[in-house]
Amino acid sequence: MAHHSLSFEKPILELETKLKELRAFSEAQDIDVSRELSDLERKIVETKRQVFKNLTAWDEVQLARHPQRPYTLDYIGEICRDFVELHGDRHYGDDRAIVGGFAMLDTEAVMIIGTQKGRDVKSNVERNFGMAYPEGYRKALRLMKLAAKFGRPIVVMIDTAGAYPGVGSEERQIAEAIAMNLREAFLLPVPIIVTVIGEGGSGGALGIGVGDRILILEHSYYSVISPEGCAAILWRDRAFASKAAAALKLTSRDLLKAGLVDEIIPEPLGGAHTDPKGMAADLRRRLLYHLRELKQYSLDELLDRRYRKFRAMGVIRAESPSAGELTIKNEE
Amino acid sequence: MRLFSRKKYTSIKVRKKDLPGGLWIKCPSCQEIVYKHEIESGQGVCPKCAYHFQISWKERLALLTEEGSFEEWDANLESADPLQFTGQVAYTAKLVESRKKSGLKDAIICGKARMGPFTVALGIMDFSFLGGSMGSVVGEKVTRLIERATANKLSVLILSATGGARMYEGMYSLMQMAKTSAALARHANAGLPYISILTHPSTAGVMASYATLGDIIIAEPHALIGFAGPRVIKETTREDIPNGFQRSEFMLKHGLIDLIVNRKDLKETLIRLLGYLSRSTPPAPSNQPIVEVSAPTTS
Ligand SMILES: [Zn+2]
Repeated sequence: MAHHSLSFEKPILELETKLKELRAFSEAQDIDVSRELSDLERKIVETKRQVFKNLTAWDEVQLARHPQRPYTLDYIGEICRDFVELHGDRHYGDDRAIVGGFAMLDTEAVMIIGTQKGRDVKSNVERNFGMAYPEGYRKALRLMKLAAKFGRPIVVMIDTAGAYPGVGSEERQIAEAIAMNLREAFLLPVPIIVTVIGEGGSGGALGIGVGDRILILEHSYYSVISPEGCAAILWRDRAFASKAAAALKLTSRDLLKAGLVDEIIPEPLGGAHTDPKGMAADLRRRLLYHLRELKQYSLDELLDRRYRKFRAMGVIRAESPSAGELTIKNEE
Repeated sequence: MRLFSRKKYTSIKVRKKDLPGGLWIKCPSCQEIVYKHEIESGQGVCPKCAYHFQISWKERLALLTEEGSFEEWDANLESADPLQFTGQVAYTAKLVESRKKSGLKDAIICGKARMGPFTVALGIMDFSFLGGSMGSVVGEKVTRLIERATANKLSVLILSATGGARMYEGMYSLMQMAKTSAALARHANAGLPYISILTHPSTAGVMASYATLGDIIIAEPHALIGFAGPRVIKETTREDIPNGFQRSEFMLKHGLIDLIVNRKDLKETLIRLLGYLSRSTPPAPSNQPIVEVSAPTTS
């Protein structure tokens, strides 16, 4: 676990190494160091608390991109059973950057769809670093419509730096693929729960991101543009990414405050990668909670609420609101 | 009327500002120096090569609709600064500057207008306001335009001119993509026509929402159309960018748009199409077939 670490994780990892050494020493020498061990353990928790209390927006982005962070298929493996992966958009290809299929979540039969990153060179080539082509978004829509046809709720997991900006993406009209997903998602007569589990990279994330509930894991981000991209445009230097990250208000807390996500799912102290099983269990619990809540709505009510949810997003100023105007959401 | 040869006078671009009243303009496509008045009276199209210059929303309105028929909607909406965004320059300062420079409140003008026999809900984006970017105001105005059209059984026409989502409003901007698409889902469900017209440039977040959701998608010749910018593509993928990449003609060839229409033919084309898309009114009588136009020659 220690071979990939973020700079702010270093003091924690150093203490954890020390703990391991002390344990090994005490076992080898048969010396009782239980007091020293518990002191050290307490110190680790305290250090973690300190570090994680003071995370900047840029730190959060690093955590969201942590190479050990659990990915979509890791969660699918933990939280459901009888997963049947389904492939392809039936037109062009099978984009491995988006996975999807039927699965059992507790007693609920659902369609699970998510972007999938790779962990090493080989799997990253296969998964295109979790950046989907148009055929990925078209596969997602095909599976969503399939789910809708058979009344199965849809569970979406988002973890992508963005849609793939390549020549092939443009030739096959990635803009249209995303736009079509946005429009059609408002017509799907089944509950949709979206969770940002890592990176929420702009239109590539939103392309599978319309739903009745938008959840976000604590150390994830969701942004209109990558901090690096924003820095390159506004500061003309990618080195200002940390400033851009703060300015973009992209952390889970910022988004909850803005009313753009419904709920933050807290991560284990130290981040999801330090306890993937614990994280998965919490995610599963929250998904089931929201699923059961959403199932109470009639289909008309569900679609109407979904429309109104996104309809209300935006902050504008009306200079002189005239009579008979539609309701205007004024700046809070 | 070739006043200057192509290569000798490349410095003319800088000097053009010094010309009295900016009477002459260098065409970025054929490089010819053209009398500005000739371009203006020619609907912003180069008389030499048919290059389509960017024009203002007012010029577009005059070209497309019956005089005096336009009734503006939601003219009072202005951008707020929900993120209190400060980069090198604060968003609020950018807004003030853009309002002054463009004379607009934001990057789109919406309303109701007549085009021949049809009353339509019309949105015209203007690139001169912060690069035609979509923040909360653009998203809200487009959504209201579509909602009103749905309630009043009107066709929707939107002319795009945009660099995408407005990053100064962060995630609020991104969510306008979903909001406008949601309104279009209801409009489409009501069986009403929507025509999207792509002008130079139409890219990114707007393309990945309402601009590509038209029942008919029309582009002006040689407009830059796409999702990611060519520079981003090159930097990220190191792929070779094909000739004419992301231009209207490239889009047509790849089957991504319905047709390319010269600006001078746009109104007539739209009226004819609206005839076919409306349930009640038959197509306007005319003898001229509308065929695909040839692109202006470039480089
Ligand atoms: Zn020209």
